[in-house]
Amino acid sequence: MTHKKQIDDRFERFGVKSFTAVSKVNNFVDRLESGNVSGTKCKTCGLVFFPPRADCCQCLSEEMEWFDIKGAGRLISFSMLKYAPAGFEADTPYAVALVDFKTCKVFGRITKDISEENLKIGMQMTVAVRRLENDKITYEFHHP
Amino acid sequence: MSNAAIIGVGQSPFVRSYPGSIRELAFEAFKEAVRDARITVGDIDASVVCSAPEYDKQRSPAGVFAEYLGLNPQPTFYVETLCSSGSTGLRLAYSLTTSGLHDVVAVIGFQKMSEISSSESQERMGRGADIQWESPFGTMMPAYYGMYARAHMDTHGTLPEDLAAIRVKAATYGQLNKKAVYRKPVSLEMFSDPENRMSGPIASPLRVGDCCANADGSSCIIVANREKAAAYSKKPIWILGLGAASASVNLGGRSLYTGLTVAQKAAQQAYEMAGVGPKDVDVAEVHDCFTIAELMAYEDLGFAAPGKGKELIRNRETYKEGAIPINLDGGLLSKGHPIGATGGSQIRTVVLQLRGEAGEVQVEDPKIGLVHNIGGVGLYGNVTILGSRP
Repeated sequence: MTHKKQIDDRFERFGVKSFTAVSKVNNFVDRLESGNVSGTKCKTCGLVFFPPRADCCQCLSEEMEWFDIKGAGRLISFSMLKYAPAGFEADTPYAVALVDFKTCKVFGRITKDISEENLKIGMQMTVAVRRLENDKITYEFHHP
Repeated sequence: MSNAAIIGVGQSPFVRSYPGSIRELAFEAFKEAVRDARITVGDIDASVVCSAPEYDKQRSPAGVFAEYLGLNPQPTFYVETLCSSGSTGLRLAYSLTTSGLHDVVAVIGFQKMSEISSSESQERMGRGADIQWESPFGTMMPAYYGMYARAHMDTHGTLPEDLAAIRVKAATYGQLNKKAVYRKPVSLEMFSDPENRMSGPIASPLRVGDCCANADGSSCIIVANREKAAAYSKKPIWILGLGAASASVNLGGRSLYTGLTVAQKAAQQAYEMAGVGPKDVDVAEVHDCFTIAELMAYEDLGFAAPGKGKELIRNRETYKEGAIPINLDGGLLSKGHPIGATGGSQIRTVVLQLRGEAGEVQVEDPKIGLVHNIGGVGLYGNVTILGSRP
């Protein structure tokens, strides 16, 4: 009898529709599961990465440690999509945005609780985990 | 002194749905370019095929084209930098001809986008961004450029009407271009009329009228080294400057959201290589996949100071009669944007201008032309400077 090799495809769970199944930073999904949006920091040279990475392009080290994104950041820009790419049509309208948390910048969606009229570049934003249907998990930005 | 020149240019009509296969589509531009260069197919020593492979059913189209275009057994290969593939092909052709490896190289760009739906195409195009960390949120090109537009408006006071004015300009010239997809007039009023399709929201603040359309099309540029260019061509158009750059695919890895660093860096390199500056440019083609992309190009290329791009369009300086005529073929906004064919089409327009063969949109006696071709949302950038003299 042959044993099927187990594939660690946790990354398949990230977002509304994931295009990546396997990544060395699959633990990102477990950290979402425990309520944290996390980046990585190189243990050798201290360079900080978000999105998290398994490899440091500055010193070529693979020794990374996780850190969690805390507190409020500043909204750099956003766009409200009224038309969506295939697979996301049911979600419209939704806003994608970039938020600057000083240590790193984070790309994601803004909660639907804030209307477009109430969004303004420069406003404070926090990031929080959100559970989706079909055992998917993501994060979104909120106004504190 | 330039050591390579463009001796032939060709372009298929850009259409919503091409009634033929990709090899037949490529043949249309190739035939026009070979006839334009007044050479025979056998004079071409190598070919470079430019496209974005996610639209192709055919794996490795270069080999298929080489056979169909009569280019066997010469070497052929494929090059890709998303929407800037065509000008990356030109950069390669320059290297191949000036290195002495080949005398004459054909750069063939194409895309047949009509075989998939618009939303599928948005999804595939969106995958030209970061599929691991951004695509899971449902991103697409208009949303990314929308974010740049919003930041530009917030920082510099650019208005939605300024962007609409760029589309109006594009349509002014698009109407005159028989090879353009969109040839109807566009007015500012259309953008303020909620009933009009142009004003329909896509990804705020961008509206339908701010976005270019998908298209099927092909382009071909024939590049020769100095010796062959002089032998074959009465009006070679010389490659004076080439600049190319890349930037972080993830938006969070960037430092500027009101301009594209790839365009700034590529422009700096191209100006330096050509020994000219923005004021020396007589005519330009810029990558207006979205209206905001043209506005940022004004600033990134140094035609306007940062934040002052809006003044150029408000004062009609980028019209044919203005200080720096831009996109007199209607741009991507009118022509449509068949990804791999776009760079070659832009280059063709500037070549025709520099030869004095641009017809109704001919600028008076231009000497220096510039082509700005961007891949993805400022992921890749190529700036090419061409001249009527070496």
